[in-house]
Amino acid sequence: MSPSEQWVAFSTIVRKEIRRFTRIWVQTLLPPAITMALYFVIFGKLIGSRIGEMGGFDYIQFVVPGLIMMAIITNSYSNVVSSFFSAKFQRSIEELLVSPTPGYVILLGYCIGSMCRGLLVGIVVTCLALAFTDFPMHSWTITVAIVFLTSMLFTLAGFINAVFANTFDDISIVPTFVLTPLTYLGGVFYSIELLSDFWQGVSLFNPVLYMVNTFRYGMLGVSDVNIVGALVGLVVCVIALFAVALHLLNSGKRLRS
Amino acid sequence: MTAALAIKNLHKVYGNDFVALQGISLEVQPGDFFALLGPNGAGKSTTIGVICSLVRKTSGEVSIFGKDIDQDFSGAKKFLGVVPQEFNFSQFEKVEDILMQQAGFYGLPPAKARIQVDKYLKRLSLWDKRSQPARMLSGGMKRRLMIARALVHEPKLLILDEPTAGVDIELRRSMWDFLREINAAGTTIILTTHYLEEAESLCRNVAIIDEGRIIKNTGVRSLLQELNKEVFVFDAAEPLAQPPALEGLPVKQVDERCFEVEIEKGQSLNGVFDQLSAQDIRVVSMRNKANRLEELFVAMVNANKPENKEAAQ
Repeated sequence: MSPSEQWVAFSTIVRKEIRRFTRIWVQTLLPPAITMALYFVIFGKLIGSRIGEMGGFDYIQFVVPGLIMMAIITNSYSNVVSSFFSAKFQRSIEELLVSPTPGYVILLGYCIGSMCRGLLVGIVVTCLALAFTDFPMHSWTITVAIVFLTSMLFTLAGFINAVFANTFDDISIVPTFVLTPLTYLGGVFYSIELLSDFWQGVSLFNPVLYMVNTFRYGMLGVSDVNIVGALVGLVVCVIALFAVALHLLNSGKRLRS
Repeated sequence: MTAALAIKNLHKVYGNDFVALQGISLEVQPGDFFALLGPNGAGKSTTIGVICSLVRKTSGEVSIFGKDIDQDFSGAKKFLGVVPQEFNFSQFEKVEDILMQQAGFYGLPPAKARIQVDKYLKRLSLWDKRSQPARMLSGGMKRRLMIARALVHEPKLLILDEPTAGVDIELRRSMWDFLREINAAGTTIILTTHYLEEAESLCRNVAIIDEGRIIKNTGVRSLLQELNKEVFVFDAAEPLAQPPALEGLPVKQVDERCFEVEIEKGQSLNGVFDQLSAQDIRVVSMRNKANRLEELFVAMVNANKPENKEAAQ
């Protein structure tokens, strides 16, 4: 395929993915908006007003970056995992596998399509947060970079999950038993300085901690982790997961007989 | 001339050690209408799966219009359109979206894709249903949607895996007409089917595959010439007390007005009618008892069974 044909194939996949999640916006865009609004009301206003400051900011300002990041992570992941697995389940993925579209175009198309949902939900949640509080923007560059890298990382992870999944149960196991605990324990609601040395050490093995804190640094300028190390680590992880996902797609494991 | 499809020594062993293909070699010439016949589990769908890369071959070579599927994956795929046996489109997408996406996967820019999509929506009588989700279509319409989807990028080689399975006679006939039309326009067609009447009616060449091997690869006409005898069914105008006596020909009475006559290759039917007229038997209709190709197919597949091979030796 020529580069222009590849571009057509790529934009077709992205449009298809965007059309899918906007068609079912009641299932994809509305629930995170309602959930996050409840978080802002309960943790930000009701409980947050009694907690006082954290990291030098009002508690609601402190949790906003974590909640935005949580929405981006879960929506980036769940979009690709459900979309790709549904395509596998209905066998409509064969439309793509039979076509001349190269594997990396398929992978990028699905990932960018899912990132669009993650980022759209992130924007919606940010707008909601502005209704409850205002917050500074310490560094646009770091904020945008960490959002894109995190969203990309979790779309790739979701893609790999979908390739290996055999049933709809298999696509809910990782979000329920891995993603949710990592996110809740990843410094969304607290600074790890509040933990004992032992649990601070344990928390440093949680990759979500680095994403949440780097994003918080981008917005508020405070962080529990080294920002450069977090960004470099994230880039390495994105490259590694992209290579794994592409290998799975090209080798046809779990996709071709 | 470069073959539309060339398969050399194709082997496929599945993970559970099931040997599906045992060295298949096959050539289909451009413009041909080719039938791939075989009983269930013979290896037809595996062969098609390998050609369109949904099945990973164990060894062997496959090329489409000279492009090797391993060395020039994209180039080979561009020539190919596939209509699988089972519905494999998203049930939630609109009919026209499915076709537009398929065109996009083959790199057709949106403006050109729109022209192609409209063309095949109209040609396959799906125009009125273009805005409906695919799940709302009837079974026959879903079949037509799969054919439209396979054709939207104008492939030079179209492979149909049992395209008329489960469709009514009227639709089957209209699909035959459509396939004849696109074949006449230059598209090479490979068809697998269980309706041997379909293969006899549509195809010029045929390969019979059994237990992962090609057991016959020839023209439909020359294959039919191998038929040594045929059974004709006669309907008499008046009831018959006993089967008519025909010299040198086995006759079997089916009911009081109907009887069968087995006629060997080269024998004339005129003699049969002369003898029937002499016995005051008036025939009102006559037909072949079974599809001729079907008889040959059953005979060949039976002969390929191990116990029959041993008996023959």
